[in-house]
This record gives sequence, structure tokens and C-alpha cells, in this order.
Amino acid sequence: MTDSSTVRSAAVDFKPYVNVARKIGGGVLMLLLTFIGLTAITFIIGRIMPNDPVVAIVGDRASKEVYEAMYLQLGLDKPIWQQYLIFLNNILHGDFGNSVMTTRPVIEDIKRFFPATLELATIATIVGIIIGIPAGVLAAVRQGKLIDHIVRVIGLLGHSIPVFWLGMVALLIFYAKLDWVAGPGRIDFFYDGIVDPITGVILIDSAIEGHWDVFWNAVSHIILPASMLAIYSLAYIARMTRSFMLDQLNQEYVLTARVKGLNEGAVIWHHAFRNVLVQLITIIGLTYASLLEGSVLTETVFAWPGIGQYITNSLFNADMNAVIGGTLVVGLSFVFINMLSDILYRIVDPRAK
Amino acid sequence: MSDASIKQNRGLTAWLLADFPQNAFQARCQRAYIGWLSFKTNPIAMLGLIIVAFLCFVALFAPVIASGDGTTQDLANRLAAPSAEHWFGTDELGRDVFDRIVWGSRVTLYIIFLVSIIVMPIGLIIGTASGLFGGIIDKVLMRITDIFLAFPRLILALAFVAVLGPGLENAVLAIALTTWSPYARLARAETLTLRSSEYIMAAEIMGASKARVLFAHIMPMCLSSTIVRLTLDMAGIILTAAGLGFLGLGAQPPLAEWGAMIATGRDFLLDQWWVPTIPGIAILVVSLGFNLLGDGLRDVLDPRSSGGH
Repeated sequence: MTDSSTVRSAAVDFKPYVNVARKIGGGVLMLLLTFIGLTAITFIIGRIMPNDPVVAIVGDRASKEVYEAMYLQLGLDKPIWQQYLIFLNNILHGDFGNSVMTTRPVIEDIKRFFPATLELATIATIVGIIIGIPAGVLAAVRQGKLIDHIVRVIGLLGHSIPVFWLGMVALLIFYAKLDWVAGPGRIDFFYDGIVDPITGVILIDSAIEGHWDVFWNAVSHIILPASMLAIYSLAYIARMTRSFMLDQLNQEYVLTARVKGLNEGAVIWHHAFRNVLVQLITIIGLTYASLLEGSVLTETVFAWPGIGQYITNSLFNADMNAVIGGTLVVGLSFVFINMLSDILYRIVDPRAK
Repeated sequence: MSDASIKQNRGLTAWLLADFPQNAFQARCQRAYIGWLSFKTNPIAMLGLIIVAFLCFVALFAPVIASGDGTTQDLANRLAAPSAEHWFGTDELGRDVFDRIVWGSRVTLYIIFLVSIIVMPIGLIIGTASGLFGGIIDKVLMRITDIFLAFPRLILALAFVAVLGPGLENAVLAIALTTWSPYARLARAETLTLRSSEYIMAAEIMGASKARVLFAHIMPMCLSSTIVRLTLDMAGIILTAAGLGFLGLGAQPPLAEWGAMIATGRDFLLDQWWVPTIPGIAILVVSLGFNLLGDGLRDVLDPRSSGGH
């Protein structure tokens, strides 16, 4: 740091801002590199697919002229790195090509399907935070007691249960047998199309427009799939909170605070938990990102019209544009959330270098 | 370990707990034995070990345990409820569910074996090379690792399977391609702490080549943490493989893969609950076993984290 002396001599100390800017810059650089890596891999996947991209568009009965015109139009005669640049350029303009299955542009499909996944993952993450963090703190404070064992067992189970199987069993019990909740899908046919898509998230749209019957129907539909995902996020968040909290409680500053005569609540929440909170940002980011991609199986079980189901359906129909577009969008949001939590962590924690 | 109790032991135990090991082999055995003693006191870890050992046992003796080959159809007896003859009932083609679970344990072990032999070498070589050579090699390799680390696994595995075509081996390959990156990180971190240690310097002074240092001196030291991490990840790997099987992208029929069994049994959940439920429980038990075992192994091999986790 050669310029630190000049910065320090100025009336305002810019150094912290320079550091923050440098941290964000590093994060953005990594994001760019990851973006290039992700697009390159999806591009390669698209290129080595066994089916012919030209036939996928013009059909196998097209004349030779039509075929060759499309071949040139797709730029398949150009060198591979130029094709990659074209691919990249199209993506940056939001052009993922057309879906063979739905005959619409892939980007339009994604706009329709992605909010459903976002809705599911967001609710599951919030539930995980609300239940997981207090459970983890409680388990750490009462280490070795009954509550600790319960939290540990739930944490392990959440990591061991095949979520698609659990979803099926939950549907059987709570929908088919007990009839407490609505079944597969996002909303009953009866309510379909009543609410105008503003955000695409039915829960928000129906609340904004005051269609409370639609809102409650949607809630009834989302409870089960969101709970399935929440079990995973809850287990992970509780497990990590517990281990972070134990680390902190063994530190000397906690002992000092106790010797000072602070009550236990203040020691736990004001001293130890403050330090845990910073570490939890990364964990929550990771959970949210993995729920976005991990909802594929849950969506299949619950016939939830999200991006995961879109990708798997397209896969079985050899609809490559849709698969690549979907993969890329999920991958990018995954990368973006992780980077965001990383940058947030560096800004919030003054010790992070 | 108190010294008094050690001195009273004789024979093999005494040899294993001697204060001054006579050779490297004895020292190594001692380490393993002392680790085992501390592992043994952890009931949760022991439960995990028993489950995993049981899985291996069932897979090994599948021809003896199962009454048939698990693919023989008996349409007259389809969807039979669990009974003395068919412990877990029969499925939609009259195949014995118990037999299919038993044979499915082989598929699960096969997945575990394949993923391990792909992921460990890739992760170890990239990580140790990165840590040992440093400089531009380190930078490039770690950037690639970071990129893979940031990828969504299941989605990428889906895309890979789309290219390679559905099938068990392709599913495993897809999982492995998206799993190796944390191992490279781990091996690099270990290498960085080992690189400046005296025994490496001694080896270099004696004229050992870089490759020899890498393969003979550094890699074996990184092995234990890699194995622990792999054990902890194994539950996730089993669940991903089962998930791909469930989607119809993993093992193909008539192979008895547990995830695929759940998928085909899905339609019978309401009236013949045993068809999809039993394979689900099998997956749950096995991945729970690996989680428990991994937790216990980490406590034994990495004492630093034993309080924290």
C-alpha cells in the first residue's frame, strides 16, 4: 500500500472506502470469471449434444437449401470461438433461442416459470432462518442436553432424507388421507387466471389485488412443497448456527462478559450471537442458492410449475435451447447469490480481509 | 489414556500402546488403534459405522441373502402385500421388493466406489499441485476450482446427463464432475501448511524430485482429511444419484436402483404403500449412516473441530 500515506493526510479518511471498493471489485471480477466459465460449459454442452441444432429448428423434412441457409444463419460454419462469442452476445441480449416444446422464446418461458421457483425457495429459506437460528443457538447453549440431541438428530435427518420421497409421503398423508392441504400444482384450476401476473409470484399478486380467496388457495398449495425444502434449509442453518455458536461460547471474551456479571441473555445475544450473525450470512446465502437449484426434485413431485420442472421436461423432449437457457439462469442466480453474500460478509465483518 | 492402564495390558494391546514404537509400521498401527479407541466411545459414530458395514455386508452377500435375482417377474403375484414369503411385498411386475433392495445395495456401493475413484485423484492432484508449485499454476488451477465450486450441482449434473445420455455410469460421471472442487481446495490448504515443514525440506535436500515430493510425501498426508470429507459428502452424493434415478436419468430399468424404484412405485403409493416407501427408507438409512460415520471420523481425525461440531 504505497498510497496509504497520501490518503491518510487528506481531511477525510478514504482508506476504508478504498478497501470496501477493492473487496467489491474482487467479487465482481470473480463473478465475471465464473460467468464466462458457466457460459463456456453450457456452450460446450450444447455443442456436443448428439442432436443436430439445425434439424431441431427446420425439421428433418426440410430441403437442402433451407437446411444450409439455417446452418449459415446459426453461424455453424464459423470457428468455434466465434460461435461462443455469438452465443455470449445472444445471452447478454436475453436471447436464448426458441423452445421447441412451447414454441415460445426460452426467455419468455423462464420469466413465467422462474417466479414459481423463487417463491418456493424464498419461503423455505425464511422458514429455515426463523426456526433454524433459534434452534441452533438453543442447542449450543444447552450443549449435551435433550434439546441439543433433538436439534442434532433433526440436522442429520434433514441431510439424509431423499426429499422427493418425503414429498410423496407427505402428499399421501396430508393431502390424500387427511385432506388438510391442497394437492399438487400451484393453484386450483378454478382459481387459475383470476390474478393478473404483476410479479409472477401468486402470493404477492393476489395480496396486491385483494383476491384473498386466491391467496389462501395458493397458501394451501405451497405449504407442503415449501415445508419439504424448509426441512433441508432448517437442518443446515440450525447445524451451522450450533457449531458457530459453540466456537464463540468457548472464547475468552464470553468468559470475561460472564465474569463481569452480565446476565446470560446478554452474553448470548449481544456478545456471542453478534459474531455468529456475520458468519451466518454466508450460510444463508448458500442455503438460498442451493434451494433454487435443489427444488428440481420437489417441483417434480408436487407438479410445481417452476424452472426445475421446466428443465427436466425440456430434457426429456430433447429441447436443448430450453435446457441450456434454464441451466444458465439457475446457474447465474446461484453464482450471483453466493457472490452477494460473500461481498456482504466482507463489508459487514470488519475483520475480514 | 492413562499410563497405568496401558502398562497392565499384554500382547497385541501392549504392542499397540507402547510408549516408544519400534518402527514406522508399529507407529502407524498405534495411531489407528488410538483413533479407534476414541471412535469407539462415540455411540453415534459407531451406529454410522454399523450401518455402513451392514450395507457392505448385504452387498457382498446379496446372492445368499436374496431369494432371487430381483428381476424375475411374477405377474400373477403383482403388488402383493408384505408377507412371510415376500417380506417387503412385491412391486407392479411381481418382483420381490426385498430382493430388489438387497441387489440395490450393490448399485449404491458401485456409485460410491465410482465417485470416490474419480473425485479423490482429481481433487488431490489439482489441490496438491496448486499448493506445491504456487505461482501461475496455483492461480489458474484455483480460478478453475472456484468456478466449479460456484456451479449448481444438480442442475449441471442434469445438463451433463442430457449430453451423455441417461444411465448409471453417466449419472456418476456427472456427479463426479460437479463434486471434485471442494477437494482441490482442501488438498491445497493442507499442502500449503505441509510445504514449509522440515520433512519436505529434508526430502528435497536428499534430491527428491518435485513429483516424488508431491506423490510420496504430500499426497498421503492429505488423504485422511479427503476421506473424511468424502464420507461426509457421501450422503449428498447418494441422494443426488437417487434423485437422478428418480427423474429417470440415472440407472435404467430393470436395474434395481433405489431412486428409480421410488419413481416407478410412485403410482402405487396410495394403495400399495410398500412399493415406494421401502426404497425411500433404504436411502434414508444409508445416507444417515454415512453422515453419522463422517461426523465421528472428523472428530477422531481432526481433534480441532471435535468440540465445535
